[in-house]
Amino acid sequence: MRLLVCVKRVPAPGARINLTEDAQAIDARHLSFTVSPHEECAVEEAIRLKEIHGGSVTVMTLGPAEAEEQLRYAVSVGADQAALLVTNGSDWDPQATAAALAARIAEAEAADGVFDLILVGNESADSGGYQVGVRVAHTLGRPIVGGIKGLAIEDGFVSARRETGSAVEVYRLPLPAMVAVKEGINLPRYPTLPGRLKAKKAEVASAPASANPGGLVMNRLLTPAEQKTTTTILGRGPEAAPAVVDLFEELGLL
Amino acid sequence: MNRVLVYIEHDDGVIAETSMQALTFGGGLGEVEVVSVGETALGGWQIQHPLLTDYAPEAIAESLAQLVGAEMPGVVLAGGTERGNEVMAHVAALLDLPLAANVTEVRPSGDAWDLTRIRWGGSLLEEATLTAIVKLATVAPHVIEAANFPFRAATVFTPELADELARTMVFERVTLSEGITLTTAPVVVSGGRGVGSPEGFAVLEELAGMLGGAVGCSRVVTNNGWRPHSDQVGQTGTRVAPNLYIACGISGAIQHWVGMMASKNVLAINNDAEAPMVTKADYAVIGDLHPILDAIVAEVRRRRAG
Repeated sequence: MRLLVCVKRVPAPGARINLTEDAQAIDARHLSFTVSPHEECAVEEAIRLKEIHGGSVTVMTLGPAEAEEQLRYAVSVGADQAALLVTNGSDWDPQATAAALAARIAEAEAADGVFDLILVGNESADSGGYQVGVRVAHTLGRPIVGGIKGLAIEDGFVSARRETGSAVEVYRLPLPAMVAVKEGINLPRYPTLPGRLKAKKAEVASAPASANPGGLVMNRLLTPAEQKTTTTILGRGPEAAPAVVDLFEELGLL
Repeated sequence: MNRVLVYIEHDDGVIAETSMQALTFGGGLGEVEVVSVGETALGGWQIQHPLLTDYAPEAIAESLAQLVGAEMPGVVLAGGTERGNEVMAHVAALLDLPLAANVTEVRPSGDAWDLTRIRWGGSLLEEATLTAIVKLATVAPHVIEAANFPFRAATVFTPELADELARTMVFERVTLSEGITLTTAPVVVSGGRGVGSPEGFAVLEELAGMLGGAVGCSRVVTNNGWRPHSDQVGQTGTRVAPNLYIACGISGAIQHWVGMMASKNVLAINNDAEAPMVTKADYAVIGDLHPILDAIVAEVRRRRAG
């Protein structure tokens, strides 16, 4: 079984997001970078499917040269191959991103065979456009469903579970197919020491990517106006309990 | 006048609040025409086809794309929900048009739109320019209050759908029992790293039970395997908006904050008075959370007995 996961390198912000002076990006000087959370789970899910069905996992990203770090992380937890579409680090719109990824996937499939299942994250943590996976699916002519929190492959189909709050929906897509998964589908593993060593030596197939910009152009980022709240300190330690329960009564909770 | 098609989600005719908001949002951009799928006539365009017996993102999007091709509206909107974003992404891919997801504001500028949309689950905003013959967007939930909408007579639109499109329709549906859930609970008692262990959640469970609430947690807690992901509140977990959110030992990272910032009241219990959760909360108690929670539980019990 040939499996592909598309991931995105994103900063890991703490309690506050600071912007660069030109407001074109998050000021990441003091931040680490990570794989977008839904996609971290997509990588884990692909590795689990490989463990059950055999085959190989390829991980692919479009991003700056530094995104190699995220690909190597995926290799350290069990991915076999890594492909990087190198950009100059600027913000790509979803149409351009999807077109570049789809073209690279089609190339890889022409060379080594069709991917039975392509996994993407439901939406990226940073830009949250909710569309790159769907656009790639349309270009490749594959079915795709999103919001997936459970997967199983059998008899040439992937069965995929999605929660709606009041129900669980099950979809059954013929392979080759795509799924957009959400965090919670699994608990991603940590890399092992042999995994880290393998990742260090792994070959990352890099190729430059050039954008054909789409119709949505980012002008600048801004921080939403913070609603200034003053915090009422009800007390320190267990002695604060009566004040807390007074609050419960005030809010009509008792 | 600009024609604005709004795809609405409904459950046997009961329209989703987010769709009502999208209708109101659309009213500010032109003449709104409702688009719905299914047997219930809601007014406006009613898409009907034998294939469409349940939610089917590809088939619904194909129907919408055909309607757009036939009517050539200036704008197509949907609510920024899981389904709204999914269907509109398919429409955008089919028509090879740009899509702006989770828009909060639109400022028409000539033929283009200057717009604002949310990033990072709402903790950051983006100003962008959308240039397209037909502008596709989803409306971020709760940026506008839904007004009454004058529904008019329905016109049935019958798309041509290939049988193949049934491949992404819901194959099986399992209805879950309706108990107190994170999204409906009036109180959420939520724990973070400071709770210390899976066993540490027992007192949070107890307090939640007393208040008719639910237990939530931060991402660190699910990553540690202390609680199931279904309890996680945050950007990649569940969004909650209870009357009272009690954050126990949660520092208040952005990822968590965007999941509970809609709460009416926030009470933080934390040993760090400088933690972002404490400085952003309405109320706070400073100190070790376990003795504090034990005392709160005892106090509730005492007052109920008396």
